[in-house]
Amino acid sequence: MGLLVRLRPIAFIGTLLVLWQVAVSLNPVHILPSPWGVMRGIVDLLHHGLLFKYVVASLFRVSWGFSLAAILAIPLGLAIGWYQRANMALHPLVQVFRPISPLAWIPLAILWFGVGDAASIFLIFLGSFFPLLLTAINAVRNIPAVYISAGRNFGLRPVDLIFRVLYPSVVPQLLIGLRITLGVAWLVVVAAEMIAVDSGLGFLIVDARNAGNRYDLVVAGMMIIGLIGLLLDTGMRSLENMKSFRWAYSED
Amino acid sequence: MNSLAEPKSWEKVFWPVAAATLLLAVWHYSVRWTATSIFPSPLQVEKGIVELFHKHVLWQDIVSSLRRVVIGFGAATVVGVPLGLSLGWYPAANQVVNPVMQILRPISPIAWIPVAIIFFGVGEYAAIFLIFLGAFFPIVVACVNGVSNVPSVYRRAGRNFGLAPSQLLAKVVFPAALPQIIVGLRLALGIAWLVVVAAEMVAVDSGLGYLVIDSRNSGKRYDLVVAAMLIIGVIGLALDLGIRRLETIKSIRWGFGNGS
Amino acid sequence: MALREVALSPQRALAAKLCVNHLSMVFTRDGKSTPVLQDITLEVSEGEFVCLVGPSGCGKSTLLNAIGGLLAPTAGTVFIDNEAVRGPDPRRIFVFQERGVFPWLTVEGNIAFGLFKLSRSEREERVAHYVKMVGLQGFEEAYPSELSGGMKQRLEVARALAVNPDMLYLDEPFGALDSITRHIMRGELLRIWETERKTIVFVTHDIDEAVQLADRVVILSARPAAIQRIVNIDISHPRDISSPRYLELRDGILQQIGLAHKI
Repeated sequence: MGLLVRLRPIAFIGTLLVLWQVAVSLNPVHILPSPWGVMRGIVDLLHHGLLFKYVVASLFRVSWGFSLAAILAIPLGLAIGWYQRANMALHPLVQVFRPISPLAWIPLAILWFGVGDAASIFLIFLGSFFPLLLTAINAVRNIPAVYISAGRNFGLRPVDLIFRVLYPSVVPQLLIGLRITLGVAWLVVVAAEMIAVDSGLGFLIVDARNAGNRYDLVVAGMMIIGLIGLLLDTGMRSLENMKSFRWAYSED
Repeated sequence: MNSLAEPKSWEKVFWPVAAATLLLAVWHYSVRWTATSIFPSPLQVEKGIVELFHKHVLWQDIVSSLRRVVIGFGAATVVGVPLGLSLGWYPAANQVVNPVMQILRPISPIAWIPVAIIFFGVGEYAAIFLIFLGAFFPIVVACVNGVSNVPSVYRRAGRNFGLAPSQLLAKVVFPAALPQIIVGLRLALGIAWLVVVAAEMVAVDSGLGYLVIDSRNSGKRYDLVVAAMLIIGVIGLALDLGIRRLETIKSIRWGFGNGS
Repeated sequence: MALREVALSPQRALAAKLCVNHLSMVFTRDGKSTPVLQDITLEVSEGEFVCLVGPSGCGKSTLLNAIGGLLAPTAGTVFIDNEAVRGPDPRRIFVFQERGVFPWLTVEGNIAFGLFKLSRSEREERVAHYVKMVGLQGFEEAYPSELSGGMKQRLEVARALAVNPDMLYLDEPFGALDSITRHIMRGELLRIWETERKTIVFVTHDIDEAVQLADRVVILSARPAAIQRIVNIDISHPRDISSPRYLELRDGILQQIGLAHKI
């Protein structure tokens, strides 16, 4: 019984794959790849050493852009959230910049950094910076006032107040923000690679299509993008489950 | 919050204006000092915006972008909310579908462009399909979580008053899950706005995304590029503010912490 | 104790521990000003247990926050040991219902929070002592989300006592507890007060609670709060809550704030 229940999702995936295979073999145009074709495509990429190279290229860009954004945006956001006047001054500006799709920056990125890694890292940086900044600002503003009062009451110096009260109370919200933002960064890297560079998983998709309609490679690329995105998300989630952070999610 | 004195009312206007002025001044003078002829100054961008308004293409572009977002996001809502609610309501079904969703969800909608073009050809429908994909998964996930997070006391109370399952879903579970669903919708609308710009840069030849890429490609008009970017930002902000108004409706607001 | 104080330094014993001097508070929001506290003058002597009571929303907590230095008064001054209060101070610890415990720290971590100046061994000893005092043995490693409301309340009291403050400020500390736990907690607080002789300022809206605990009960009027009357509770501990004197004092206070004592 328990085993049967556990097998159901696998059976569902299996059914979808069979349907896909049948639909493709019934379709005379043969431009869409079958699941089997996609598997062969992945093997093909592995053989040429391209898969590993492209995955590393994409991850390299995401880690740089995302880390730079986190290093800059989180301390800045915490400071802005803490000082009410800074928040009043900068919040409207942040609100205007944030909804500009990072992809709309592509012309400027190319103008400033040329075609290449720096431009796409810049785009990922932009795509991550504003969401993280807003998360950090809101996280500070949502700290219950009693925690600050209690911390001050015990005679903490400002530095200690930051490390012993401010930081632990914002971490859970920051982690959620980091997870959502990492998803956005992963979305942006694919787009950036389709337009602005010549390596990476996004490039793989565009290149496979343009150079000979290799749709098996296109879908293989998509699957790998999905899989890596899922791994990143799961990794971030496991941070949230650490015991010393879990307090924030267990109550209400 | 940390300071004892409340800011005066004039400060609410003064500080934002001061910050914006400072930013514009830094931009203006850095363009002047570097003596760049490519990157526009704020004044040139302002002229660019005026020019766009006069040429009348701007309105068409704005309307095309908004139309795509409204249709794609609307379709994602219409399909995603009922699907998410039912998956949340029947955990067994969710358990079956969840792994597939988890793999499809992190695939950037942009990566679907080649597939979208096979299915729909280059044009309107491909772009709408991409926006649909971008908005669909966040909406479904928010609905599933919203329903499964409804405290069981509410369900029990509803059953206690003799509600049939369909009434329970409509009168208890849906309203209780609504705040989380709306957060999901807001997130999805933000992604939709991000995707429409990307899709228009690649898959179609109208809309604000196309305006950005076209201004660059045809004659390096960076003043128009920046002008279009600002317009994208302002419209995105307006969309966000619009959907935020939903959060302040009284019957929904309980779900958003009082902030203290 | 009081006699020894007089013998040692007569002037200091004459001066009150806490002295609230013509304190007023006006909140301004969106250009509208609301007076909350009106010319409050109050003295509390060393080791005294004072309860502030009044209708809900009258400004009791505001007064306590001003006394503790968490809010700056609009007019007037608060003196402690003849020194004007300018901010919070670890010698005087606040207890905020159970809302003040830090959810990211374990029971031990919370109690040790204010002890950062002590050596490791002293700190561990102090923590163990207070864990035992409030009966949380076996929960040292637990996080607050795993504790009941009463346990969190005791934890916050233990955290406050652990730094050995001269004064405790309690803001409706037992308001969120069930009546049995509340009863037990009152007993524990009195026991702690009698052994450690802290000066305690205690805000409550429960008149029975005030009469059971306090040396003096300060009755505040509705907003803007002003002192309506101060009642001496001249019953020795342990107090018999069915004695005629207890009922007389309680009913007097009920009448003072305009409540009939029949339902």
